[in-house]
Amino acid sequence: MSAVSETHAWPAEGITRVPYWVYQDENIYAREQERIYRGATWNFLGLEVELPTPGDFKTTFAGEMPVVVARDLQGVLRCFENRCAHRGALLCLKGRGNAKEIACVYHNWTYDLEGNLTGVAFRHGIKGQGGMPEDSKPESQAPRKLRVEVFCGLMFATLSEATPPIERYVGAEVAARIRRVMKGPVRVLGGYSQILPSNWKLYFENVKDTYHASLLHLFFSTFRLNRLEQKGGVIVGGDGGSHVSFTMMKTDLAGDEYERAGMRSASGGYRLEAPEMLESVDEFGDGITLQILTVFPGFVLQQIMNCLAVRQVLPKGVGGTELAWTCFGYVGDDEKMSERRMKQANLVGPAGYISLEDGAATGFVQRGVAGASARASVVEMGGRSVESNESRVTETSVRGFWQQYRKHMGL
Amino acid sequence: MDIELQLAVENLLARYVHALDDDRLEEWPDFFLEQCRYRITTAENFERKLPLPIIYADSRAMLRDRVSALRHANIYEAQRYRHAVSSTLVERIDALTVGATSNFQVVRIMHTGESVLFASGRYLDRIRIDGRDRRFEEKTVVLDSRSVDTLLAIPL
Repeated sequence: MSAVSETHAWPAEGITRVPYWVYQDENIYAREQERIYRGATWNFLGLEVELPTPGDFKTTFAGEMPVVVARDLQGVLRCFENRCAHRGALLCLKGRGNAKEIACVYHNWTYDLEGNLTGVAFRHGIKGQGGMPEDSKPESQAPRKLRVEVFCGLMFATLSEATPPIERYVGAEVAARIRRVMKGPVRVLGGYSQILPSNWKLYFENVKDTYHASLLHLFFSTFRLNRLEQKGGVIVGGDGGSHVSFTMMKTDLAGDEYERAGMRSASGGYRLEAPEMLESVDEFGDGITLQILTVFPGFVLQQIMNCLAVRQVLPKGVGGTELAWTCFGYVGDDEKMSERRMKQANLVGPAGYISLEDGAATGFVQRGVAGASARASVVEMGGRSVESNESRVTETSVRGFWQQYRKHMGL
Repeated sequence: MDIELQLAVENLLARYVHALDDDRLEEWPDFFLEQCRYRITTAENFERKLPLPIIYADSRAMLRDRVSALRHANIYEAQRYRHAVSSTLVERIDALTVGATSNFQVVRIMHTGESVLFASGRYLDRIRIDGRDRRFEEKTVVLDSRSVDTLLAIPL
């Protein structure tokens, strides 16, 4: 088990304080890999539709651990460590493909699509010379297999037998909001990654932080897409680490809370010349224009008007994170809807009108706390507890994250 | 090879990247026709024929919106680009239209002094040449990498 320095005691205030060493300490990072990503949590792997045919595979990560996700020849989804039993080399080098078996390039050891070792090159030597001892058990170091669960077309995997089924893990209310977006067969529109200069938790907190949305992202509030006075709410699910926040647009558009408070995000006369980018269709029939959902420790499901995406938050060292986006629509989308989704794609990703700040803001924290590992951030908006809330001027789902995090980490 | 046509295209590209690198973003939309298509995508999406853009505009008005959002709405640290465009291949499509494929590299210079190779890729352009008036009808920026460092604010 990784050692955690004794000076790293959690502040007495509990989940309303986040000590900055959690974003900086190598031992904490190592413990997260062991207890969170390789522990009793669900790692998001991608959309099931990415692997439609037997033999299809993709490579991704459970935390830092490289994994292969494959649809085996019987059509069952499998996930196993992307590591050869022999010398530990990556088994799959490509990001995606189709194969009947997988061969390690280093010494040509072969595996089936369940991750079973099926062949050791020259195991019995050549003409009686060389080869492995008869009692050798290379299978003992075989890649570990992860348990796969598909929920509404989303693929998750866990190394632990103790992880409860997804629906129980996220709670019934969050599960219902996943069903809402994953309502029918989806079609992948494409993907890209952002490399963020911050610890993975800072980004995951950012997604859960409903308080920042309309204050940092001026584009939102200027066009009244997510003014805090609009109707909406925050639901915290599972052990606290999963959440959903939602907004219903076109309510109380006359609100002037921002103007009266004199806040930067209330700038007045800004107008779009081509506002058709924001023309959206209520495709879920419930008036919810924005729904952001997370599943601990690194999954995001997004509906921003008609722009739908899943995001994978992947830790890349203490101070780095890869944010992998996959945008999607539905199989039945007509041309108009496809064009609408393309235009609204301007809202998200590395150049997104309402997302580009997030990559920078989490980096500002990482840089800002460089000399303050013993200090802590104050997370008291909306009170000190973890509970669902109708107001989004709250950090309840951020506190929920730390509640679940501390439980896994024993901190 | 039509030398004059080659020079006309290279001159347009040179003026385009100097406007971006000199922070004359307000001039950027005028390099395009009123009805145009500007798209940034990745080589991976492009090769898999997946439509997802990083930036997408189908009119000069949408390009102007991008500039005003960068000037008035979006928050990002002060930064500049330095474009290098090379290896431009020009192909005449019809009397008024040419296709051009170029390589580009962009160094991003942060206000903190950090310079990094921010992006490399290809410009796939469709250019309308009407006498002295030369503008992009379509510009597809295909990034070599699927990853972008932190954020992409200034256009490419």
